[in-house]
Amino acid sequence: MFTTPAKASLAMIHPAGIDLESSFTNAMQGLGLSPQVAHILWLPLPMAIVLVAAVVGVLVTVWLERKISAAAQQRIGPEYAGALGILQPMADGLKLLVKEDVIPARADGLLFTLGPVLVLVPVILSWLIVPFGQNLLISNVGIGIFLWIALSSIQPIGLLMSGYASNNKYSLLGGLRAAAQSISYEIPLALAVLAVVMMSNSLSTVDIVDQQNGAGLLSWNIWRQPVGFLIFWICALAECERLPFDLPEAEEELVAGYQTEYAGMKFALFYLGSYINLVLSALLVSVLYLGGWGFPIPVEWLAGWMGQSIDAPLVQVITASIGIVMTILKTYLLVFLAILLRWTTPRVRIDQLLDLGWKFLLPISLVNLLFTAALKLAFPIAFGG
Amino acid sequence: MTIAASTELICFALLGSVVIFGSLGVVLLSNIVYSAFLLGGVFMAVAGLYLLLNASFVAAAQVLVYVGAVNVLILFAIMLVNKKEDLIPIKGLRIRKLLSGGICAGLLALLIRVDITTPWSLPGPVPIGEEATVRIGEHLFTDYLLPFELASILLLMAMIGAIVLARRDVLGADIGTGDPVDQGLIEKTNTPLLIDKSST
Repeated sequence: MFTTPAKASLAMIHPAGIDLESSFTNAMQGLGLSPQVAHILWLPLPMAIVLVAAVVGVLVTVWLERKISAAAQQRIGPEYAGALGILQPMADGLKLLVKEDVIPARADGLLFTLGPVLVLVPVILSWLIVPFGQNLLISNVGIGIFLWIALSSIQPIGLLMSGYASNNKYSLLGGLRAAAQSISYEIPLALAVLAVVMMSNSLSTVDIVDQQNGAGLLSWNIWRQPVGFLIFWICALAECERLPFDLPEAEEELVAGYQTEYAGMKFALFYLGSYINLVLSALLVSVLYLGGWGFPIPVEWLAGWMGQSIDAPLVQVITASIGIVMTILKTYLLVFLAILLRWTTPRVRIDQLLDLGWKFLLPISLVNLLFTAALKLAFPIAFGG
Repeated sequence: MTIAASTELICFALLGSVVIFGSLGVVLLSNIVYSAFLLGGVFMAVAGLYLLLNASFVAAAQVLVYVGAVNVLILFAIMLVNKKEDLIPIKGLRIRKLLSGGICAGLLALLIRVDITTPWSLPGPVPIGEEATVRIGEHLFTDYLLPFELASILLLMAMIGAIVLARRDVLGADIGTGDPVDQGLIEKTNTPLLIDKSST
């Protein structure tokens, strides 16, 4: 039951592969439920799993951040909470959960509460389109990656809202900076994504990965889009407000930016949002440029060499596991890179930040887009004609 | 009624009420910041309506352009000129409010009449769903090419206009009247706020 190949439903171009949804629906119908009820029972399951995965990903990232920063500064880092301090992020989260929820007397209570929510919700919604395998995503929406770009543009409103509602000059400045930064870097980011989309002829994340997995490592987009990869990575770091672009919360200038007045769970929402966003960005970099769930050598070839059919149930399970492991591996390599960058680079000034965004990355990404279009016309075989 | 249809109906009622009450709030609230945030909510609800109509690309574009760009810029402008001052009371404010309220009610009545009397073709054209992205692209590069390019030229003009208005020091004299430009403004634009003086 677990490995029933997907029924050739209309949207599925690839009938092979694990389709948990139809298996689950079939099982439920076997218990005597109508297809509609089975579908409704199915809907919350992948969402819950992805939510848990996102939060666990954050806990791992926080632990990594503490350990790697300690190593970069020749310290030991968290050590006593669990083996190697692995329970430290849990302790952090628990502490934030039971802290007093302070709303400043002169703050605007309603907007103050709504701000962190508006920051967190779009980030979590964006996990809708992250694929861990051929059928292992919540929804293969046709507008895929465009949905992520649209959703991430809601975040600045939450930041402006919390900056304004705190009734504090540092918060307001932090909020304004955050909004300016994310607007400026959204444009080169979208143009870099557009170049990839142009090569794969689809906005869907599943199609983008499929197009990269023809010849394993060699067909990954990073070789065809090296400039786009760099632009995307820089912009993603800027969107996540990571050093060297963490101006909105620059401690030396703005105390903590828009988070200054926040405490307890509301602060935790910001914290969670920024780390989920980091993991999400790393996931999307691996989807767009590093072949997503693809193994460096295509699993179809490996199965062929071992004389196994790719559609055999056991091979299917192994393939899916390899896919999930590869996605997570690539993602955490990128997260590691981001953490190293954070602890080794100085912060840029606001004018340098805007100059970099508007006068350097934007023209470069436009040229990259034009160049990709030209190459697509000239070499349709290599650039997805 | 199937579950899908009733869900759709509930969503429509919810989104519709958010649009109506949100836009009333945008107009009627006295706090301009609340109005701006509510406007964002109204834009989101409109995007939700597009989603209900199976136009996912338009919905995402609505969120990206109206919420992500237009509304954020409005908020930005409000927060940069966040002066705490009371507005000077205008004479005959009550009569003005009544007049504008009456005109709006008249417009609403007109629209409702049009809505009732027009023979709508129901059901409308079949939504093409995911293929809409491709279809929009084809239209933009064939029969809608000229309007598309004209719109982009209009935006370019607005942008150049904004730059000219903001940086009058480039010109020296006012374009419209020919008078020398207000020196105070020039000094403001020339003072480096963030860049250190040695580099300029």
